[in-house]
Amino acid sequence: MSTEMSPTSPEVMWGIILSLAIGSYLLRFAFLGWIGDRPLPEWLLRHLRYTAVAFIPALVAPVAVWPAATGGQTDPARLAAAAATLSVGYFTRSVIAAMFTGAGMIFLFVWLPG
Amino acid sequence: MGGTTSKSTFWTGIRDGFPFILVAAPFGTLFGVLASESGLGVHEALGFSLAVFAGAAQFTALQLLQENTPAVIVVISALAVNLRMAMYSATLTPYLGAAPMWQRALAAYMLVDQSFALSAVKFEAEPEMTVPQRMGYFFGSCIPVAIVWLGATVMGAWAGSQIPASWGLDFALPIAFCAMIGPVLRTPAHLAACFTAATVALLVAGLPYNAGLIVAGSAGMMAGARTELWMTRRAIAEGPLS
Repeated sequence: MSTEMSPTSPEVMWGIILSLAIGSYLLRFAFLGWIGDRPLPEWLLRHLRYTAVAFIPALVAPVAVWPAATGGQTDPARLAAAAATLSVGYFTRSVIAAMFTGAGMIFLFVWLPG
Repeated sequence: MGGTTSKSTFWTGIRDGFPFILVAAPFGTLFGVLASESGLGVHEALGFSLAVFAGAAQFTALQLLQENTPAVIVVISALAVNLRMAMYSATLTPYLGAAPMWQRALAAYMLVDQSFALSAVKFEAEPEMTVPQRMGYFFGSCIPVAIVWLGATVMGAWAGSQIPASWGLDFALPIAFCAMIGPVLRTPAHLAACFTAATVALLVAGLPYNAGLIVAGSAGMMAGARTELWMTRRAIAEGPLS
């Protein structure tokens, strides 16, 4: 029995790509193109400001705590790598420094022992 | 300071946008490699980068595809990550709204984190800029990052097809997301949004079809907005510091 993911068919994949392309474009065009100079309600802008900073952590947290590669078992090495990446990014404000920290930790504690 | 014509502001934009290729190159490559590992061909990977043109949303879609999430949830979640683009669009409208429609339509396509960040700061700092000068700057600011993003995607997708799956790149995506988020946690409101979303995501991880992401993301968004409101009110109540 295979535990491999079932591959998404090309039709579905292009459907996803196209939907995302149209949706993303409309989000970008919405105000610039249609609304013009009318101001937006402050409460709406206030929520929009936090979309990325909320959705990305919501996506990462379960994957970091229960990685697919270990069959959903919490792996201290991967969790520490994720935490270190976030901390270095937070304190240095550098995406690159954070990325190298995370990659380095994965290399040292996941790849080398494995 | 130069910048009297739209052509010279265009070049200023290109110069200001240049440092961002340091980030776009590795992330574009990573997207290509991971897309390839998820079973996407070079054409599909390039199609993704060219048509969607939004790194975080593309990575979100990829992560969810790896988890066998239904297509509808993949699209909704990735678009939710891109909701901030609507805020960018709204913010730049007072500066660019008077430009011809074809320019605004093209500008909407080129509206990404980098061009927004550079332009919003520039336009606020130099209110005397004319609309054509602003458009010139805006387009210039996103051209380096756009070219590198697309080129790196293709290179990564090609390289990914040569890399054995046993290299265990499984955790590259979570690391990339953590690296993206760390530097943007600037205020208590950002921290509240981030940690509320992460906590709720862990609590509702059992929901089918990865629907927990939408629940947790919305909760984080509201936590961020609430905290911002609370901080603002407190600042007003305390009065100016000096």
